Amino acid sequence: MLNKYPLWKNLIILIALVIGFVYALPNLFPDDHAVQITGARSSTEINERILNRAVEVLQSEGIEVKSSSLRDRNGLIRVLNGEDQLKARPIVQNALGRDYLVALNMAPSTPDWLRSLGAGPMKLGLDLRGGVHFLLEVDMETAVEQRLEALSGQIKRELRDERIRYRGGDLEGREIILSFRDEGARSEAFALVRDQYNQFLLDEQTDGEEFKLVLSLSEQEVKSIQDYALEQNLTTIRNRVNELGVAEPLVQRQGSDRIIVELPGVQDTAQAKRVLGATANLEFRLEARQDAASAETEVFGFRDQPQRTARLEREVIVTGNNVSNAQQAFDENGQPQVNITMDSVGGDLMNRATRNAIKRRMAVLFIEYRTETEDKVVDGEIQTVENRVVEKGIISLATIQSALGSSFRITGLDSIPEASELALLLRAGSLAAPMYFVQERTIGPSLGQKNIDAGMMSVALGFALVLIYMAFYYRGFGLIANVALTLNLMMLVACMSILSATLTLPGIAGIVLTVGMAVDANVLIFERIREELKAGVPPQSAINAGYSRAFVSIVDANITTLLVAVILFAMGSGPVKGFAVTLSLGILTSMFSGLMVSRSIVNFVYGGRKIQKLSIGGKLANV
Amino acid sequence: MSDTRKQPIDFMGVRKIASVVSIALIVISIALLATRGLNLGMDFTGGTSVELEYQEAPALDDVRTQLTDAGYSNFVVQNFGADTTVLIRMRESGNDKLGREVVGALTSGGADLELVSSEFVGSQVGEELREDSGLGLLLALAVVLIYVGMRFQFKFGIASVLPLAHDVIIVLGVFALFQWTFDLSVLAALLAVIGYSLNDTIVVADRIRENFRKMREGDSWYIINESIHQTISRTINTSGTTLVVLLALYFFGGEAINNFALALMIGVVVGTYSSIYVSANMLMVLNISREDLMVPAKEGVVGEEEEEQPPEWLNRM
Repeated sequence: MLNKYPLWKNLIILIALVIGFVYALPNLFPDDHAVQITGARSSTEINERILNRAVEVLQSEGIEVKSSSLRDRNGLIRVLNGEDQLKARPIVQNALGRDYLVALNMAPSTPDWLRSLGAGPMKLGLDLRGGVHFLLEVDMETAVEQRLEALSGQIKRELRDERIRYRGGDLEGREIILSFRDEGARSEAFALVRDQYNQFLLDEQTDGEEFKLVLSLSEQEVKSIQDYALEQNLTTIRNRVNELGVAEPLVQRQGSDRIIVELPGVQDTAQAKRVLGATANLEFRLEARQDAASAETEVFGFRDQPQRTARLEREVIVTGNNVSNAQQAFDENGQPQVNITMDSVGGDLMNRATRNAIKRRMAVLFIEYRTETEDKVVDGEIQTVENRVVEKGIISLATIQSALGSSFRITGLDSIPEASELALLLRAGSLAAPMYFVQERTIGPSLGQKNIDAGMMSVALGFALVLIYMAFYYRGFGLIANVALTLNLMMLVACMSILSATLTLPGIAGIVLTVGMAVDANVLIFERIREELKAGVPPQSAINAGYSRAFVSIVDANITTLLVAVILFAMGSGPVKGFAVTLSLGILTSMFSGLMVSRSIVNFVYGGRKIQKLSIGGKLANV
Repeated sequence: MSDTRKQPIDFMGVRKIASVVSIALIVISIALLATRGLNLGMDFTGGTSVELEYQEAPALDDVRTQLTDAGYSNFVVQNFGADTTVLIRMRESGNDKLGREVVGALTSGGADLELVSSEFVGSQVGEELREDSGLGLLLALAVVLIYVGMRFQFKFGIASVLPLAHDVIIVLGVFALFQWTFDLSVLAALLAVIGYSLNDTIVVADRIRENFRKMREGDSWYIINESIHQTISRTINTSGTTLVVLLALYFFGGEAINNFALALMIGVVVGTYSSIYVSANMLMVLNISREDLMVPAKEGVVGEEEEEQPPEWLNRM
């Protein structure tokens, strides 16, 4: 038994370690504080000129600029510290104007040669760098209801156009019920709905003199409405996040009705929430005629003066969903207004409705969804009940002077901030269905730094203690295990960087735990070698037997742990996922380092020659 | 280790006492869980929490009075780590603006404070998480049962899953006893405990299997005792290194992962004990025998050759 690794095997291990080293390296370079400049619209280009202007302004304000660069349509200006960074943002924003978004960012300072290899540092999770985490839930009931209402409006319009007389047509749960005076009218309506609205299941019911047609949505249709609502909301939220100007935001779907939003570095949660969660939408409706039937009208209050009311038609001309652009501006009296451009569908609808309604008044309804809570006593226990409230208020009621087209303006807004926020919301698109915040986490930047320091401290200390323990207990072999453990830590960091996995506080705990458990493979092997030595096996054979016999145990034990880690990953959310990732990767890298790397070193030290004793601790080991 | 070699510790001799201790611990834990229940963290119940950093350490009673005056009820105010850091927790889970309102109410009193972190969890989310977590734990146990049942033998499967359940219940029991907060990170720790304890159990089981195949004499009692004896120093060393890092994590890892480290420490201690006593005990109870582990004999292969061999490439390593 010679215990020699062939050259190719040593080379493979060496190459793997070198790759690991290179990819772990970027983590040693600290991130720079920086401000990032992006265009407010995708067409806005960032060029050298703009970047230079920003740099000049900063220098004239006495802020030292470390470097500036252009990459991926973004401009990046690095400054010396966090204090300068906070000062720099408003300065640059004011200098460049509203066409550009300026955001705080932590820019990796990876050297160019490393970056050209695709190497970069691990991403830090929110709990380490500070920021906000939101979980939003889409109100699916309302999504379906809104769609049904829109469909019911369309169907009724078509029935009127076709001169088919009907009554009702209101929603009852998830059904639309239309009544007709005779069977002929019903069958005509039946044919019309069947041909043009195939998403409905039709049912004819006769109740005495009433011939009813019941329209209900198929399961499949309900599902596709909900899918659409979620996708639409995702897009809208992405647009809004971009408007907020956050570097590296995360907007992600979770499950069938939730959306995760993570905004690193954002401290002003109030603004973030107002913009993201603003479930505001607009509806344009005509004011009801004096003689209109009360079933076709609704009464709304004004948003700024609740006692004033107006009676509006039930039918909605068009909603904020059809807005393609909106800008805050001022009217001739210096009052804030919003200039609106509709898309072609919206323009058509608006034109059709207003050309027959000149001299009548049109209202702009502002709709807001909120959650309110109240405490109720149920069975002697206080329970908090969440009520979802819809608030609708008129923001303007103006006489139509001429037929409106695809662009017009809204006046009657209170203040400039209100006008610009409304413009932002209309621009970013409105939500297809209201959303509610169901989870929120804010981590201040000081806490983030504290967490990093504490995490690093415990990794370092735990690591040192294990090194001492192993060296003390297994002597020479302990030192070999220590080298393997160190390389294991490096490989783990490299894997996390390559996968650009996010490092969280529980993730650091996972690394610490891996450090403690990774030596297990070596402990198993060394114990086995000791045993063989005790049984009188010569050292070289003992080494070989130790490694090969312990192999099965190590693999079995690690695979089961890996299975548990995978389950943890699948069911866990946020921070727990981070823990599962480091734990799983740690198991894999520790098998590599514990079996291959340590063996290679053992072979290098002891292999290929006659040896009398091994430095492995224990009294009988020297026999 | 050499002196114990001559006089093997009679691990299995105290197995009756160990059984009584284990059963008693489990019964007490379940009773505690039923009566006191777990002090579920906000992740599971929903609610709002705000962590504030004061310039000067405030009197907690003053903070409470301020909050009561501002019209809040049903809140907990406590120090978190340092005495300048105050954690306020509220049961209310419906109002997502509550965190900011609280900060507003407290700053209006003239206190110089900074918001360190705030968290809001809707009750719906908490409830779902509770269900998912229970499901996850059961799933983990089921997967282990299947894997070990396939890799070893069905009796081993049971003998490795029961100790895991044993460990989980006892850790939960300790959390119920001291009313430590059970949050998402503790749940993660619990799953890590399953992984760790399993690791231990598998190593012992592996040796038992090997010895059953290798040793031609001796009854199950003797073989199991011998196997535990052969693996004990490995078990202690691995537990030792793991405990050492967990201590580092507990004392230096920061307030946020204290309970995580605590759950793991208890789990590692209980897991080490259970891999020796509960698992081996179960094998005795299940009447494990040499026949259960015999690999179907291949032609011309006898004796030692039956031992499971590591893959051939490994021998060349």
